[in-house]
Amino acid sequence: MPDAFPAPQFANLRQQEDVARLGMWVFLSTEVLFFGGMMLLYYAYRSGYPAGFAEAARHTDIFIGTINTAVLLTSSFAVAWAVAAAKDGDGRLAAILLGAAALLGVVFLGLKSIEYLKEYHEHLVPAVNFAFPGKQANSVELFFIFYFISTGLHSLHLTIGIVALTVMALRTARGQMTPHLRNGVTVTGLYWHFVDAVWLFLFALIYLPGRGGT
Amino acid sequence: MTDTNYLTADNRLRSWFFTTDHKRVAILYFAGITMFFGVGGAAATLIRLELATPAGDLVSSDVYNRLFTMHGIVMVWFFLIPSIPTTMGNFLLPLMIGARDLAFPRLNILSWYLYMIGGAFVLYALFFGGIDTGWTFYTPFSTFYSNSHVIVGIVGVFVAGFSSILTGLNFIVTVHRMRAPGLTWFRLPIFVWSLYSTAIILVLATPVLAITLLLIALERLFGVGIFDPRIGGDPLLFQHLFWFYSHPAVYIMILPGMGVVSEIIPCFARKSLFGYKFVAWASISIAVLGFFVWGHHMFVSGQSVFASLIFSFMSYIVAVPSAIKVFNWTATLHKGWLRFDAPMLYALAFIGLFTIGGLTGLFLACLAYDIYVTDTYFVVAHFHYIMVGGMVTAYFGGLHYWWPKITGRLYPEYWARAAAILIFVGFNLTFFPQFVLGVLGMPRRYHVYPPEFQVWNVLSSAGAAVLAVAYLMPVFYLGWSLFWGRRASSNPWNATGLEWQTSSPPPEHNFTTTPTVNRGPYGYTPDAKAVPQNA
Repeated sequence: MPDAFPAPQFANLRQQEDVARLGMWVFLSTEVLFFGGMMLLYYAYRSGYPAGFAEAARHTDIFIGTINTAVLLTSSFAVAWAVAAAKDGDGRLAAILLGAAALLGVVFLGLKSIEYLKEYHEHLVPAVNFAFPGKQANSVELFFIFYFISTGLHSLHLTIGIVALTVMALRTARGQMTPHLRNGVTVTGLYWHFVDAVWLFLFALIYLPGRGGT
Repeated sequence: MTDTNYLTADNRLRSWFFTTDHKRVAILYFAGITMFFGVGGAAATLIRLELATPAGDLVSSDVYNRLFTMHGIVMVWFFLIPSIPTTMGNFLLPLMIGARDLAFPRLNILSWYLYMIGGAFVLYALFFGGIDTGWTFYTPFSTFYSNSHVIVGIVGVFVAGFSSILTGLNFIVTVHRMRAPGLTWFRLPIFVWSLYSTAIILVLATPVLAITLLLIALERLFGVGIFDPRIGGDPLLFQHLFWFYSHPAVYIMILPGMGVVSEIIPCFARKSLFGYKFVAWASISIAVLGFFVWGHHMFVSGQSVFASLIFSFMSYIVAVPSAIKVFNWTATLHKGWLRFDAPMLYALAFIGLFTIGGLTGLFLACLAYDIYVTDTYFVVAHFHYIMVGGMVTAYFGGLHYWWPKITGRLYPEYWARAAAILIFVGFNLTFFPQFVLGVLGMPRRYHVYPPEFQVWNVLSSAGAAVLAVAYLMPVFYLGWSLFWGRRASSNPWNATGLEWQTSSPPPEHNFTTTPTVNRGPYGYTPDAKAVPQNA
């Protein structure tokens, strides 16, 4: 069982696991700043054009958006459970849960595509067919530029996450939980939770403005 | 020599290009960086040749724009930012902390490939038409008007950015988790502190550059007006995002140099570094404060006066930790037993040149004065004093200092000292006249100028010729030493760091047994004895 030995640069397996987890945390801090730059752009324009952004947000599909939020939160729950199962050495359960989470990720992407298609038919896609009546057309366009870039980048991250979850599911499905694999599940889980957390922010920024009562 | 070391362990080409040994990755980076330094230097040479006369007689305006853009892009992203961290940092970080390798050896070699791929894009842009936006890619010129290879250049920088992020990530995790037993944080050499601070900036600033470049690439490709005022977009927002990365990037380009100097000075003054903890914390404070000063690049951009005031104030504050370092290096020299070998000459040159660069930075942080010299040669002179006078000088200093460790050979001291002095003279002759030109009002990025500026420009170009010769000298004598230099002992400088307690060149996994650290990094004594960290 080669997995029982650490890679040559480490003194022991524990150090190797620590390093993998810390590495993922540092990587996620990079990601925070990556999406942070995008969100700064959003806030700058929203504070400049509050009416236009509220108007634009009302044209998003809050129904699909909410369902998708629920889908991703459920997937995060499955991943958290899978991490616990992997810790208990239950490879089969972990594999099922990881597979379920990956599947939920695919559902998210499917719903997102339907939403994109709907926006295409409503002529809301900048650079492709954007047309919007009324005074707010320009700020609505700015909103939808942000919308497509940020959700596009999020979907890209999600796709990578789906691949990672699938790989982990296939490896854990063999039933034999090695320390190395257990740690792999934990690290993949960190990434998945991060991608979900980004979505929570995007959900609030994209779907909620302009929908409060008054 | 009968023992194998990291250089002789395996000679197949594959063992180099698929290596995971941090020392070999450092050598690969060294080759790449030297090449790009040559490319950027060639562009600089043409710029100085053109500026020797007031008329635009050597190149057209279009070509001149492409020259200074390429000089900037190549020197910033493909030389200065990776220079010390990826060569000496890669080589020394595990050695200095008593580790067998970095935490992620495969990410390390991947980051080299990303760097080279990014570089290939930029070279493609260079040889097939160039880029004329300046290295800053300001919108709307870069997105709607420029007819040059902006997208290719952006892709190159974007890809190289990931290489930066991976290096930073690797260093942070390595410093946290791979230190030898007994090596507490306040026993780390200052070079490690500098690399750690640099890595924080690499990890937190570079992603903002990535998203910003992505946005202007999308704007240019699809004509969507992300920063387009015609639909209410804000070009200033681009500048904010760009400088949020690019000002901290300035500290990526100087902190490692400060680290090198902090290693050299105690060794050649045979004294413990004065105020070790202050120097260590100063590195961290520069990294943190560096994130809050970017607006001083935008004093005349139309941002609010209030914002300018805050950024001006913060820019003064960030000078404090830099000054602490300069004072502490000077205090270390005080009553030291100085030896003027080549690394020390470079370190002393660094202190002088960095001080001039730093003090003129305070001029520029001052709102009233900055408006007067914005976009003039004063700014050009200022940042070259930091980047070239500071970082490149430190790079050469470190290269000489650790040359015996890296190659197992001693360099010829006489030639090295001559080159160090020549670099100092040539550098000052090149860039000091540019301060004068700036104050007289010569704007940057013009290749045709009024004849009254010519005398200063000729001085500067003459200095550039001296500098070019001085920079070429190490290529020859260091190259010579690889084959005919005397064999180096494991510790030719009688230094205290862990990297000197293993053979030169080090074996594949650095140490035969993992060292245990019992003391701080600078146990130097005047009688030329030194107490190694693991004694």
